[in-house]
Amino acid sequence: MSDIMQIDAAMIARTASVQKRNSDRLHACLRPLSVFLFFFAWFLATWLNNHVMRMYNPILIPTPLQVLQAGIESWKSGDLIVDIAASMYRVVVGFAVAAIAGVGLGVLLSRSRLSESLLEPVIEMFRPVPSLAFLPLLVLWFGIGETSKVVFIAYATFFPVFTATRLGMRQIDGVLIRAAQSMGASRSDIFRHVELPAASPSILSGLRMGFGMAFFVIVAAEYIAAESGLGFMINNSRTYFDVPRMLLGAIIIGIIGFLINIVLGKLERRVLRWHPNSRGK
Amino acid sequence: MKIQIDNITKVYDNGMVALDRVSLGIEEGTFISLLGPSGCGKSTLLNMIAGFVSKTSGQVCVDGREVDCPGGDRGMVFQEYALFPWLSALENIAFGLMLKHVPKAERLEKAKHYLDLVGLSAHASKFPSELSGGMKQRVAIARALANAPSVLLMDEPFGALDAHTRETLQDELLEIWEKDRKTVVFVTHSVSEAVFLSDRVVLMGNNPGHIREIFDVNLPRTGRRETDGFVALERRIHAMMRQVPKVAA
Repeated sequence: MSDIMQIDAAMIARTASVQKRNSDRLHACLRPLSVFLFFFAWFLATWLNNHVMRMYNPILIPTPLQVLQAGIESWKSGDLIVDIAASMYRVVVGFAVAAIAGVGLGVLLSRSRLSESLLEPVIEMFRPVPSLAFLPLLVLWFGIGETSKVVFIAYATFFPVFTATRLGMRQIDGVLIRAAQSMGASRSDIFRHVELPAASPSILSGLRMGFGMAFFVIVAAEYIAAESGLGFMINNSRTYFDVPRMLLGAIIIGIIGFLINIVLGKLERRVLRWHPNSRGK
Repeated sequence: MKIQIDNITKVYDNGMVALDRVSLGIEEGTFISLLGPSGCGKSTLLNMIAGFVSKTSGQVCVDGREVDCPGGDRGMVFQEYALFPWLSALENIAFGLMLKHVPKAERLEKAKHYLDLVGLSAHASKFPSELSGGMKQRVAIARALANAPSVLLMDEPFGALDAHTRETLQDELLEIWEKDRKTVVFVTHSVSEAVFLSDRVVLMGNNPGHIREIFDVNLPRTGRRETDGFVALERRIHAMMRQVPKVAA
């Protein structure tokens, strides 16, 4: 009797796990299919408009093939890679400056009351001012070279990094600090071995948000004041009414953002191996 | 005296008197429990020995030195485990040795010894989030011991565990303790836990926190739970805890 029940239980468990695996496999196929369907619908709509029933001026929405063609052309001419490199350079340098300043000041203000009282009001005074509000000024001060864009990105990215660092430092469980103290930890030991690792999940998510933000604002900066970059490419194509190239710019930005997010997510899970939320993904 | 507490008074900022002229001497190598209802100041007293809580007046000395800040000579085990979630079980145990700059190979060797002592050799590389409550507290005990403290302070260490795990850990703790008979100050609100583990039980009362009575537990260590004396002492303490002195409210 109990044997039979055990066999049944094992069978049910196996069937359930097979069902789970099959359904996982199905959903793994559905995800890329969704993207494919989108491009197919786009293709279908433009094709119907061009060949069956005219609903809008075909110049306004090019076909996926036209965009692809624009991509191939600008790749061959070398323009595309120059624009991508220019945007990436600004994002990376600006973000690096913001990351160092945001984490550094976030940690400093959490550890010293004097610097908190002296610096926090000023930082909070600037927080509500959107970075775009400073862009024309930055161009005036630094010209339309790289500096204005780097400063602009650093400013925009600083706040999420700074805030997340502050939050991470503030949310440290006091009992962990006491545990370290009862093992003879000095103040600098506690900072290195308790506070920094304890705040790291929050700091990392701040860095990720900051990087996303950098990517977000660079395009706007390049609309206004640049002679290269993906934002420049989009805006420049507008003057020539080159809609395929405008869409190409948007798609390239999407792809780069998508790839970077995957890399950062992998990196974060590696660093936060210990975190319950990062396991099993 | 290993730990000498003289006339300790603690008044919190809000005017609450947590401890009122408490004195207690703890001899080297004794296992002593601070027992009492919540609000009797037993945790405050323990945290004062650890150096986490300042005193309003009086003096606490450990090994003849006055306590004014936390230190590695007073190892602490917390009810909420307080393991570092980003370190594996083994690395948690090696933490104190790392602070002392013990070479890596040596400190991992030592940490392994203590992990083994609490029966968790198979879980060395697991993170705290992968361990059960009982396992976490075993790691925390091993971590405190690996740092070779002069006294071991335990703040309701088994309070968050289920009854069965709790008894298992009490047995294991005693087994470990009997090997080197470190001075232990153990805070609990469970009478049977205090009687089972201790050489002396300090019964505390509240409003304000004070020592009501000190019981010497003259019972054999082996099979203590089954002895008549265990039940009798448990009853005596329970009876005393019930007759709360009438204080004008």
